[in-house]
Amino acid sequence: MSSPNFQTPLKRVTGLGSAKSGTHHFIVQRVTAVALVPLCVWAIFLALALVHADYAHAREILHHHFAAVWLSAFVIAVFWHAQLGLQVVIEDYVHTPWLEIASQLAVKFFCIAGALTSVFAIVRVALA
Amino acid sequence: MPQNARPLSPHLQIYRWPLAMALSIVHRATGIALAVGTLLLVWVLLSLANGPEAYASARTFCGSPLGLVLLFGWTWALCFHLANGIRHLFWDVGKGFSIQQAKNSGIVVVVASLVLTGLIWACVIAQGGAK
Repeated sequence: MSSPNFQTPLKRVTGLGSAKSGTHHFIVQRVTAVALVPLCVWAIFLALALVHADYAHAREILHHHFAAVWLSAFVIAVFWHAQLGLQVVIEDYVHTPWLEIASQLAVKFFCIAGALTSVFAIVRVALA
Repeated sequence: MPQNARPLSPHLQIYRWPLAMALSIVHRATGIALAVGTLLLVWVLLSLANGPEAYASARTFCGSPLGLVLLFGWTWALCFHLANGIRHLFWDVGKGFSIQQAKNSGIVVVVASLVLTGLIWACVIAQGGAK
């Protein structure tokens, strides 16, 4: 027996149902959130270690492979989580079609650029 | 959008804000603020890769009055979003849904965010202040 179809005939004809991608968005937002709990706590300790570090000492701290990998994981998780969160904010409040698409694109580009730039800087310091 | 002036159901300015509602709105606001704050994170990381002069100018900004206000605000925003995010994760696994539990966890989140922010800046001041 096939499961009952609750779509109205009109919906079936126009072919417009849910995009079936909402659950994935929800799960990835939670996965990045769980990752960010320990990463944030570690990043706070790192920031405190950097407060009075001069240039050479700061580079020395990030030269350790552990710090470089964890900081890369932190920035990637941060920008991924930020993109998912800002996407929902825009979906909720921006209803002008062209403005919604433009701001969704801007957020995506900003987050990808931020993550790439951060990882590039971290790798450059780590491999120097 | 309704075109005529029908009576609308009560909206934000009518309700007395319950704690859970206020925290939900603040969670979103702190999330947006932290997303903007990533600009400073990227700047500091880039400056570290680009040389001592770039690092010095990033540090000078962080130690300026505007920089300190922003850093203090982002510290609290991060602590709040982290604590309230953990509260959300408990809800996601089905824990803490009763009204009393939600109120209590909300109070815990507010207190924890303030205590954490205080601890972090106490560490900064104990190291000789943010300069």
